Amino acid sequence: MITVLFFAGQQELIGENKLERPESHIKISDLKAKLMEEYPKLSLQHTMTAINEVYAEEEEFAGDNDIVAFIPPVSGG
Amino acid sequence: MEKYSITSEEIDVSAVINSVIHPEAGAVNTFIGTVREFTKGKQTVSLQYEAYASMAEKQLKGIGDEISEKWPGVKTSIVHRIGMLAISDIAVVIAVASPHRAESYEASRYAIERIKQIVPIWKKEYWVNGEEWIGDQLENKAYPDGKPEEGSK
Repeated sequence: MITVLFFAGQQELIGENKLERPESHIKISDLKAKLMEEYPKLSLQHTMTAINEVYAEEEEFAGDNDIVAFIPPVSGG
Repeated sequence: MEKYSITSEEIDVSAVINSVIHPEAGAVNTFIGTVREFTKGKQTVSLQYEAYASMAEKQLKGIGDEISEKWPGVKTSIVHRIGMLAISDIAVVIAVASPHRAESYEASRYAIERIKQIVPIWKKEYWVNGEEWIGDQLENKAYPDGKPEEGSK
């Protein structure tokens, strides 16, 4: 199982800050594609990804018990 | 006091400064970011910051580590507030203590620029007639590699 976290506008758009997913081994780009299919208004193309709080590439895999966070362009400061 | 933190409380500026002062320092540069009322003619009423706090604190510490590598002997503390803020409220405080003044200015500037690149914090602006998350994928930059650039070492 993978935990997926959403923030800011994306969180408002899907109405959840967290999803528990049944996948146990999935490439980030595939996970993004699946989620965009399930939530047609969600756009993750320009969104960064962190696996367990470390920025990850699109080709990396998330595994069982990982926490995947989608990080839209940041605006702190 | 934690030197790198995300807080929903008012930031104690003196505590941030005191956390970096050390005997080898000859300069302390403090940057205070506040909530601006007008941006390009648009009037902000209030502002909300949200963070992925646990990761954001790690990223802030990472910026402090980058600074220590680039400017040896420089100590940094960064505290960012989240939640609802009003005009002129303090959103972020960066204190940098260094042996000499030149690197305290450079390191302070470096810290705020890196915050805007790699730290998972988002702000939502509330105007008289609407609201919007700033930096959303529709209006801000994309990350062609899927993640921000690593710090130059």
